[in-house]
Amino acid sequence: MPKLEIDGQEVEVANGTNLVQAAEQLGTEVPHYCYHPGLPVAGNCRMCLVEIEKMPKLQIACNTRANEGMVVHTKSDRVLRARESVLEFLLVNHPIDCPICDQAGECKLQDYYMDHDRQESRIPLESKVSKGKAIDIGPMIMLDQERCILCTRCTRFLDEVTGTSELGIFERGNHCQIDLFPGVMLDNPYSGNVADICPVGALTNKDFRFRTRVWYLESTPSVCPGCATGCNIDIHHRSGEVFRYRPRHNPDVNSYWMCDEGRLSYKRYQGEGRLLQPVQRAGEDWQPIAWDAAVGRFVDVLKGDKRIAGVISAQSSNEEIFLFDQLVREQLSGQVAGHSWSPEGASSDELLIDGDKNPNTAGLTELGLTLDARKIIDSALAGEIDTLVLYGTDLTQVCTVEEIAELGDKLDAAIVLDLRYGPSLEIADLVLPIASYAEIEGSFINRQRRCQVLGRSMEPTGHSWPGWQLLTKVAGSLGAPSHDSASAVFERIADKHAAFRGLTLAGLAGLGAPLGGATSGDG
Amino acid sequence: MSEKILLRHEDVANLRELDVYVSDGGYATALRVLKEREPEDIIEEVKASGLRGRGGAGFPTGMKWGFLPKDNPLRYLCVNADESEPGTFKDRQILEHNPHLLLESMVLAAYAIKCHKAYIYIRGEFAQGAKILEEAVREAVAGGHLGEDIYGTGFDLDVVVHRGAGAYICGEETGLIESLEGKRAYPRVKPPFPAVYGVFGAPTIVNNVETLCCVRPILERGAQWFKTIGPEKSPGPKLYCVSGHVERPGVYELPMGTNLRELIYDHCGGIPGGKKLKAVIPGGSSVPIFTADEIDVNMDFDSIAAAGSLLGSCGTIVMNEDTCMVRALRIIARFYRHESCGQCTPCREGTGWLERLMIGLEDGGANDRDVDLLMQVADNMMGNTVCVLADAAAMPTKSFVTKFRSEFEEHLQHGGCPQRSAEAMRASAHA
Repeated sequence: MPKLEIDGQEVEVANGTNLVQAAEQLGTEVPHYCYHPGLPVAGNCRMCLVEIEKMPKLQIACNTRANEGMVVHTKSDRVLRARESVLEFLLVNHPIDCPICDQAGECKLQDYYMDHDRQESRIPLESKVSKGKAIDIGPMIMLDQERCILCTRCTRFLDEVTGTSELGIFERGNHCQIDLFPGVMLDNPYSGNVADICPVGALTNKDFRFRTRVWYLESTPSVCPGCATGCNIDIHHRSGEVFRYRPRHNPDVNSYWMCDEGRLSYKRYQGEGRLLQPVQRAGEDWQPIAWDAAVGRFVDVLKGDKRIAGVISAQSSNEEIFLFDQLVREQLSGQVAGHSWSPEGASSDELLIDGDKNPNTAGLTELGLTLDARKIIDSALAGEIDTLVLYGTDLTQVCTVEEIAELGDKLDAAIVLDLRYGPSLEIADLVLPIASYAEIEGSFINRQRRCQVLGRSMEPTGHSWPGWQLLTKVAGSLGAPSHDSASAVFERIADKHAAFRGLTLAGLAGLGAPLGGATSGDG
Repeated sequence: MSEKILLRHEDVANLRELDVYVSDGGYATALRVLKEREPEDIIEEVKASGLRGRGGAGFPTGMKWGFLPKDNPLRYLCVNADESEPGTFKDRQILEHNPHLLLESMVLAAYAIKCHKAYIYIRGEFAQGAKILEEAVREAVAGGHLGEDIYGTGFDLDVVVHRGAGAYICGEETGLIESLEGKRAYPRVKPPFPAVYGVFGAPTIVNNVETLCCVRPILERGAQWFKTIGPEKSPGPKLYCVSGHVERPGVYELPMGTNLRELIYDHCGGIPGGKKLKAVIPGGSSVPIFTADEIDVNMDFDSIAAAGSLLGSCGTIVMNEDTCMVRALRIIARFYRHESCGQCTPCREGTGWLERLMIGLEDGGANDRDVDLLMQVADNMMGNTVCVLADAAAMPTKSFVTKFRSEFEEHLQHGGCPQRSAEAMRASAHA
């Protein structure tokens, strides 16, 4: 554990810590472009030059290990001058097109220019080297070679993380440019990451570019709902609309990365198809119904000596699963099963992509549910069930179209709680819209048995309700104690399930934590 | 020094052929050393000789060899034959005319550092040299001087001749290693240095051709003999490449520390046409220039450094009074802009900026502040990059502008090169 001095402050760091990280420990940013903690050091941008006593030349902080007794200056005149000159060099051939550049607002060239340079240009505009603009290099990414500062973060990512090496550097000197190698496209399943790590507007995300200025966006930490890996993300949203996911660093889950499929999965939760208000069947038609009346109808359907069964999907949060299980199994003595379905041939790999396309299959099993939805359908088809409650479950994933029609005949009542229109509505007598994972507080458990927290990014769409709120209300009407927040529900889970003991939603914020014990079980 | 060591081929015809080389005493040193001496002993002898690297930096060769970590048996020797500094053409003489001197020296060096695989990275444009070297390697293997179990001593050395792909930066030792590995020749961030992490990640010694070629003479005649040639702190024979405005340009083998004035006026016959000397670049285009008044300097690492320049690769470029210094610097600037690998920001952008400023000064269109700007850009480039190419462009810029500032100002005031417009006027008067 070497101790060193940075700008007059002493700091003790772990062995092998570089000076960028060591300064960070003191809250000092050493500006940098090429350095990225998830990639090998390149040392080419020269932005992180710092002064180290007893060394005649300035040294790059990213490639210098903190050593015992080092005295480092990150704000000396020499350092500031070097920084200023590197920025001036970067702007020699950089187009001055911030007003039409989609990176504006999150551009390190802009930010550092304002922080460290601010001098007038000494370069005539007409003498800039021209390179390619708006080059379509793959399904996710557009390339602007003129805006590129050649930090090689993208090529290092493709060489070292995906091992696909689609991009290279061509030409020399100030004609250097990033480009595709002949005959390939940047189409690997992680290509979107290059836009995240590009510090300037050279690589932009085709799905996101020109849809909004970034300074209008709010950011909420959450977890990607695309598969069982549970990559940590930030949800960037504005006025109830998600604009993009950005991977959020979690060394135990996804490092700095996420896959393209997960990145685009936000689209499933918004736009057309969301259920906006409770409805009940009126002959062939649907009739809107106020929430109070809808909850009352739901409670009425559950009351009495009925054979009740429920199916809840692995897209649901732990809090929803727990309350659903409590309601149907504990309170109403019905049967409950979890439903975790992935399409045939679903993508998977060794890196981050899991073949289980549900974010919370582990939540179902940890909370004691079986994954046998089909058994419940069989019981219903055999006439052994009066009331079926489907929570986020698409019946076509469990049975045939003919069987769905048969279920409609066999059941007395079917209640559907869901995000969006789907085939299950065909047999529904009452449909209650629930909020998406981005609209609620709650948690998922990933494939590593790690419990991670969802961020509530926005208000529920339309008149939908957070599932936990709906379930606790129904349970309360049937005489159970109710909960006033998702955190309170989680506390209850921690009481009842040993694996969750000691955890709280607030405590899990950030990086989450592994569940305790090797297996689940009621406590 | 009348006897030629490195340029012995000038005294012995057909020395490049193995038979001739052997009958001239060639490979006798290798045979004796491999049979009689210990590797550590060789390193000590080379250290004692005071041999310093001829590639430009002047680093003590024996010391460099000593940096190899003891624990890794896999290691490489790499010969830097990517001679490409403008004004430099010394190694080419050895490669084309005395290749066995290099190969024998490589056997000795490899034996000293306990390495069994050596690469000669030869400049791509040296097609003839590569052919000759390859032939020499074949001959040496057939003659038992290279390959497996050399002289029955159990020592193996495999030599591979690798042709470069044509970039100045491949001469930078870590750029060379990257290129040898089949990658783009981006110089590596140091540390780690090649002695620890070199070719394919293994400890590697990279030596210049001329440096290595001193090893056989040192082991043949002893470190003490070597030290009698030239100054004590940088001894040995030295190849001087003289080009430009001299009567007899060429490669001269003279003791290290030969006086620059003597080199130009005695050995090379002075300036043709009775012209006056204006300036001399002593060590290749990247080093600071000397004015005519500054040439009473001995050509060795320390003396030249004390005089404010560098011995570099000893590419001595002589310029007479007619030379336009703005044009000369523009040509140098163009070279470094073209050869910057583009990895580091200050070099990639700075070399281009310098050339742009030089074009403005020579062709017209320069701004009043541009002479100062040249100095500032050069200052901002120096010392701030992975390798020294940025310095190689900045050093001549700074020295040209400092020492010939009036000429630059004149260009500025004239709106271009006054000499050139005078020539143009004369041409149009004749038309």
